[in-house]
Amino acid sequence: MAAVATAAPARGAGKTRSARTANIVLVLLAACFLLPLTWLLAASVNADASYELAIPTTLTLENFAAIMTAQQTFIPLLNSFILAVGSALVTVTAAVLAAYPLSRYQMRFKRPFMYTILFGTCLPITAIMVPVYSLFVQLNLLDSLAGTIFFMGATFLPIAIWMTKNFMDSVPVSLEEAAWIDGASSMKALFYVVLPLMRPGLAVVFIFVFLEAWGNFFVPFILLFSPDSQPAAVSIFRFFDEYGGVAYGELAAFSILYSLPVIVLYIVSRALGGSFALSGAMKG
Amino acid sequence: MSPARAAGATAARDRDQPVREAPRPRTPPASVRLRQAVRLLPLLPAVVLLLVFLGGPILWAFYGSFTDAGLTGASARNPEWIGLDNYRTLLTDPQFPHSLWLTFLFVLGSAVIGQNCLGLALALVMQRANRVVAAVAGTCVVAAWVLPEIVAAFIAYAFFFRDGMLNQLTGLAGLPVVDWLYEYPMLALVFANIWRGTAFSMMNYQAALNDVPPEITESATIDGAGGMQRLRFITLPMIKSSIATNLMLITLLTLGTFTLIYVVTGGGPLNASTTLPIMAYEQAFQYGDIGYGTAIAVVMLLIGAVFSIAYIRMLRERKD
Repeated sequence: MAAVATAAPARGAGKTRSARTANIVLVLLAACFLLPLTWLLAASVNADASYELAIPTTLTLENFAAIMTAQQTFIPLLNSFILAVGSALVTVTAAVLAAYPLSRYQMRFKRPFMYTILFGTCLPITAIMVPVYSLFVQLNLLDSLAGTIFFMGATFLPIAIWMTKNFMDSVPVSLEEAAWIDGASSMKALFYVVLPLMRPGLAVVFIFVFLEAWGNFFVPFILLFSPDSQPAAVSIFRFFDEYGGVAYGELAAFSILYSLPVIVLYIVSRALGGSFALSGAMKG
Repeated sequence: MSPARAAGATAARDRDQPVREAPRPRTPPASVRLRQAVRLLPLLPAVVLLLVFLGGPILWAFYGSFTDAGLTGASARNPEWIGLDNYRTLLTDPQFPHSLWLTFLFVLGSAVIGQNCLGLALALVMQRANRVVAAVAGTCVVAAWVLPEIVAAFIAYAFFFRDGMLNQLTGLAGLPVVDWLYEYPMLALVFANIWRGTAFSMMNYQAALNDVPPEITESATIDGAGGMQRLRFITLPMIKSSIATNLMLITLLTLGTFTLIYVVTGGGPLNASTTLPIMAYEQAFQYGDIGYGTAIAVVMLLIGAVFSIAYIRMLRERKD
């Protein structure tokens, strides 16, 4: 910023004009990105919403009130929460344990291991859903929340190991050396010295997995089919399939309720300094 | 600290910093080996999870594509080996080259051209704009990206629907009503995915441009280089590797897009937007032919593997 400020007088008017053009271009582009979202907000408070964008004649919370039932909203949201927290716990636990030897010890197979993991991060998960389904048939894991949690946890594990290892690398080894001299085992050093120092990093990884699992549609759509274990992503789709042509307002209201935690958590994780651009985590 | 910076720190550590070595080199080999085994123990949960839930399905995919596995009935529990039959069907199925082509169009249009170029343009313009304007615009772009995929898909559906917003807007300009989802399903999907995914490229390029030292472009300006010249001869070459990384990643992410397409067009009308993920899903779960669906999945895995390997090689070359 300082460089820009000092350079400004040198170029004078040209710089100001280019800044003004840039501002106008950005405002127009931002409007294009925001425009489709306005429908969701307008329809959710409109008593007779359609797919048209209309300014509601009377503001109403009817749509929100109408979906406040256990069957339609609370059970699916609870299932989403169980799936998301479960996956995040599985992933973060396994990633922290795996990241410690990868970060702290010199090992011959470390590079090939990390590259294999990176390879796993890159593969399109959509492509393996058909084989996962038939594997789950064989293992008798279909329609099981626990099975789905472990599968989802595993799919985010590669990226989580990369992120966690990078966060752990930035904790200086010298701090643990003191613990080692005092005779602490490496696991004790991990839990009492390293983890407390990387709490923001752990939160970023946890939130990342939580958001991905909360928002995922395809995995539970394939693996869970009884209404009692389906998360909001799937139940909202079923609702759209059945009443999508009638209850636009309720659909919009449900979508907003379901999106709220995502927006809040995203803001929290940005405040913690997390960057969810995958490539950032994979640059190493 | 951002993961990107942390990653930089990793690279430095691998080279410079002493890492804790095995404490006593003279201890008997057996106990050293035991010690090393104990040290690797924490890797176990991750390795087991990855082997069972990622390695397992991948191997299972190769095996399953040679069977007649079905969705229900006897062939679901006890699939029979049918050799290359599924692949023979695949090669004679006219839907397969069509789906391959649609997948290519979708990746090229929405990711390689759309998200990539728009993301870069946004990041470049943001550098010149007022900081507050840039931050607000960035938030608008990111909003479409943080929403759960199913919600983003509904919004896209409502936007392109016959009575939806796009036709309202073109109507204001006096243009006739177009049924986008029926007449131009792929075009609608490409734009929907640009709207949804540009934030990812934008953030990558913002990070990359931040690492370009301002003095270099400043001195080029003093030497009389114009805006376009600076971009072409200085900025773009300096973020070359970020461009390559970004292209690879968005290609991989877009290749597997299912939800957006499934919700907005359902692959239709009449398979006009049935990309490979949709085709695999339809064959496996609507027509009940898991074995055939798995063969399509194997093709997708192989395409993904080619791009992944290319991406990893690129990263390694940059490091060495």
